[in-house]
Amino acid sequence: MTARERERYAPWLLLVIVLVLWEAICRGFGISEFIFPSPSRIANQLVEFRGVIAGHAWRTFWVTMVGFGLSIVVGTLLGFVIGSSRMAYAAMYPLMTGFNAIPKAAFVPILVVWFGIGVGPAVLTAFLISFFPITVNIATGLATIEPELEDVLRVLGAKRWDVLIKIGLPRSMPYFYASLKVAITLAFVGTTVSEMTAANEGIGYLLISAGSSMQMGLAFGGLVVIGAMAMIMYELFAVIEKRTTAWAHRSAGGA
Amino acid sequence: MTLAAPFVDFSHVWLAYNDELLAQRRFAVEDIDLKIGAGEFVAIVGPSGCGKSTFMKLATGLRRPSKGTITIDGREVAGPLKITGMAFQSSSLLPWRTTLDNVLLPLEIVEPHRSNFRSQRGAFVEKARKLLQSVGLGGYEDKFPWQLSGGMQQRASICRALIHEPKMLLLDEPFGALDAFTREELWCILRDLWTAQRFNVILVTHDLREAVFLADTVYVMSKSPGRMLVRREIPLARPRDLEVTYEKHFGDIVHELRAHIGSIRKPLVGAAP
Repeated sequence: MTARERERYAPWLLLVIVLVLWEAICRGFGISEFIFPSPSRIANQLVEFRGVIAGHAWRTFWVTMVGFGLSIVVGTLLGFVIGSSRMAYAAMYPLMTGFNAIPKAAFVPILVVWFGIGVGPAVLTAFLISFFPITVNIATGLATIEPELEDVLRVLGAKRWDVLIKIGLPRSMPYFYASLKVAITLAFVGTTVSEMTAANEGIGYLLISAGSSMQMGLAFGGLVVIGAMAMIMYELFAVIEKRTTAWAHRSAGGA
Repeated sequence: MTLAAPFVDFSHVWLAYNDELLAQRRFAVEDIDLKIGAGEFVAIVGPSGCGKSTFMKLATGLRRPSKGTITIDGREVAGPLKITGMAFQSSSLLPWRTTLDNVLLPLEIVEPHRSNFRSQRGAFVEKARKLLQSVGLGGYEDKFPWQLSGGMQQRASICRALIHEPKMLLLDEPFGALDAFTREELWCILRDLWTAQRFNVILVTHDLREAVFLADTVYVMSKSPGRMLVRREIPLARPRDLEVTYEKHFGDIVHELRAHIGSIRKPLVGAAP
């Protein structure tokens, strides 16, 4: 087995070790499944309630994707504005930071008042929690253009817009993808948090209702599904990132 | 060399970077007064922080003087000149573009090529390939800049500066980061390009041998405030071969210029031309 292959299998191996340990502890100490279910119990529940879970998971997934799509559009535009002008940067950055510091769960009751129970609050919570890293990264990519590079173009009569399009945006792409990977996981957090108090569908709702009826295996199953979905999306963006911005990952690819 | 209509004419140019510095009368460059003929190769040497880069910004129109006027190609400079090309110590090529696409970049910006870029792309690519070949980068057009050595990157950077056939080439320590052998190789490449096309060159450098080998005229600048101290014509015959750098005559000129730089630290009167 080469070093590269070992690196590839390492996370799976670790997962297996954790599961085996978990199972052993649960069985060894005879822990009640109402307190802390074992992996086998969780798997069992996942299979048993697969139809229900799939329905809730699908709801959480598309709601998250809508919120995330919104945060890509708004986050990118906002980042573009902030990054392209020093004035906008100075004016907006402190406010943005303050806003980002507010726990997004605190918005849910307000969103419920505005939009009622259901999709509205969940989409917006996912959006609110995930646009900030995208904005910051796009803004940073644009605001840190090397002055020499800018001079090369400006000497040719390039306008600020040319510099942003020809240099700013392409060079922000690695930052952008890095932020997508952070943002997608945050978006799942947002959706789930919102669904826990303001929805009758979705994994968040499933968690609450399973918990209140002491179905701990099912509740843990919901957690597993959320984690798996976030991980898959993360990996998807990692792959897209490597394909489209290979130039920024050249040390790994070998020049 | 006194010409009737110089290509570049700095007439008592002073520059302070902002109004505050202007009020304090602290200038980055003071009383620059020089005339450069068409097709002349000029080198500017001086210690670090002597305002060489400021001089470049003035010559490209990126900065406007606080006092005095700059006329280039018969017109007063009021904004970025599209007739110039620039290259720096760092090659500043875009890592997401191939070498060829990097060289094509100015054509996507500068008019009239910009409007024709799509329709004439084929012709432009052909031209870029020829230019790259002429500096020994044939076969590397589709490589990315980070796949090239430092010297090759710098050659590509010079090609980018020349693709739109500028009348003036501005080089800010372009060979500063290269090893001695690569540097000499690039001197010759630059010499050949200049000989073939006869654009104006303003070369800013720390390297006196480089300045003397390449330039028709060398200017020595003093440190804060930046002033032109000495103007020295280089009477070496052209075409110049690298061999010339080992001749005594060459060494004498370098020595003489070195003496000026050394004497900058002490107060000096009336050396300006």
